[in-house]
Amino acid sequence: MTSGIEVVITGLGATTPLGGDVTSTWDALLAGKSGVRPMTHDWVEKYDLPVKIASQLVVDPTEVLPRVEARRLDRSEQVAIVASRQAWSDAGHNDDTVDKQRLAVIIGTGIGGAITLLTQDDLLETQGLRKVSPLTVPMLMPNGPAAHVGLELKAQAGVHAPVSACASGAEAIAWAYRMIMSGEADVVVAGGAEACITAIPVAGFSQARTMSTRNDEPEKASRPFDTARDGFVLGEGAGVMVLERREFAEARGAKIYGRLAGIGTSADGYHITAPDPEGVGQSRAIAAALRSGNIDPSDVGHVNCHATSTPVGDVAETVAIRKAIGDHPVLTAPKGALGHLLGAAGAVEAIVTVLSIRDGVVPQTLNLENLDPAVTLDVVAGEPRKVKLDAAVNDSFGFGGHNVALAFTPA
Amino acid sequence: MSDNVLSGLAEIVEEVAGVAADDVTAEKSFVDDLDIDSLSMVEIAVQAEDKFGVKIPDDELANLKTVGDAVNYITSNK
Repeated sequence: MTSGIEVVITGLGATTPLGGDVTSTWDALLAGKSGVRPMTHDWVEKYDLPVKIASQLVVDPTEVLPRVEARRLDRSEQVAIVASRQAWSDAGHNDDTVDKQRLAVIIGTGIGGAITLLTQDDLLETQGLRKVSPLTVPMLMPNGPAAHVGLELKAQAGVHAPVSACASGAEAIAWAYRMIMSGEADVVVAGGAEACITAIPVAGFSQARTMSTRNDEPEKASRPFDTARDGFVLGEGAGVMVLERREFAEARGAKIYGRLAGIGTSADGYHITAPDPEGVGQSRAIAAALRSGNIDPSDVGHVNCHATSTPVGDVAETVAIRKAIGDHPVLTAPKGALGHLLGAAGAVEAIVTVLSIRDGVVPQTLNLENLDPAVTLDVVAGEPRKVKLDAAVNDSFGFGGHNVALAFTPA
Repeated sequence: MSDNVLSGLAEIVEEVAGVAADDVTAEKSFVDDLDIDSLSMVEIAVQAEDKFGVKIPDDELANLKTVGDAVNYITSNK
């Protein structure tokens, strides 16, 4: 890297359908647990929705946050705050460890405050203007999660909120990389947050025929790369990491989980929801990540896949991986266990990728029983596999044709 | 000053803004002492309207600087 700047990861935070923090999520993932459960919301029956399952948080954010703070935040903002506090504290930061003008926050979301939007619209319809909360707009705006975390940390180098559907969380981390490499910030708190398990997103995704309807076996519904996969399972949660300029982190004696060596982004220019079956745009993003990190494709031992358990998407991704890297990397798809956290997915899965490098272990793809014959790569199934990794890539793709690849290396 | 109105208002302030009801006393300024922002003031006013059966128009709300101002307004308008 000609600039001499390196970006390292010093803190991790998450709240997911597998656990209320990073350690419990990672342990549950390796143990083969599923976060998918039946939805008990009254609207599931009311609208007779074809999808009756979702991947739901095990620790409700309102149990963790003070009551008054929670009532001023949309659920997507609540999970962002929870994960950010964990990451900030894990990084060993406090109010004095970084000049606020050198600190940025970048947290993406795919959908934003859908629950607030719908709840307040319902109040307007049924009870009139007076009952609409004056906090409606700051609760529903998609930059709300980033804004609240930025305000809490008093970050002044910039507060940003990439919105690129299911690539949002990864895009936030890519943006953080660019800010540090360009010298705009020393420390960036970056990730994704999503909490939209409510009637209209479920109805909309259902009508697009993208979701699994394996309602009688919730824990088996999300099965990336398996021949019997029938769609993704909607999930909720947040993942946040603290990224720093290496010299800055080392000078303050921070522990370092790993390095974000390179990032690549591209757009398909193909279709609003379907991925290019040839994986051209996706492979360009992966190749760009390796190039920017000066990583030889032969050194990439592992790809943490975006694979969502949809029939078309999973195969297209493996085509892209072959094209950009080759047929040697060991693959996994954490969505088998986590479900699809939309705008948080890329961030949570980036955390998983970092831990795979740290611990030398790739989690199994839950529910992968019969590998789709169209997939000719090595996908970990059954149990975690020990692999020493010199470099690993995390893929994230989103409706709209957004592609993001993050290339991580050891500390 | 009505103790019932004061204690009822204090409950609302605690619910909306998390200020302990005991701290909501007549001489306190909503903004300077209780750290209540303009958005929370709107919520407090709407809840007070429902609880006490009064109307608090926006131009009146702007004049209610202290808890005592609010108690007096509610007492004389309900």
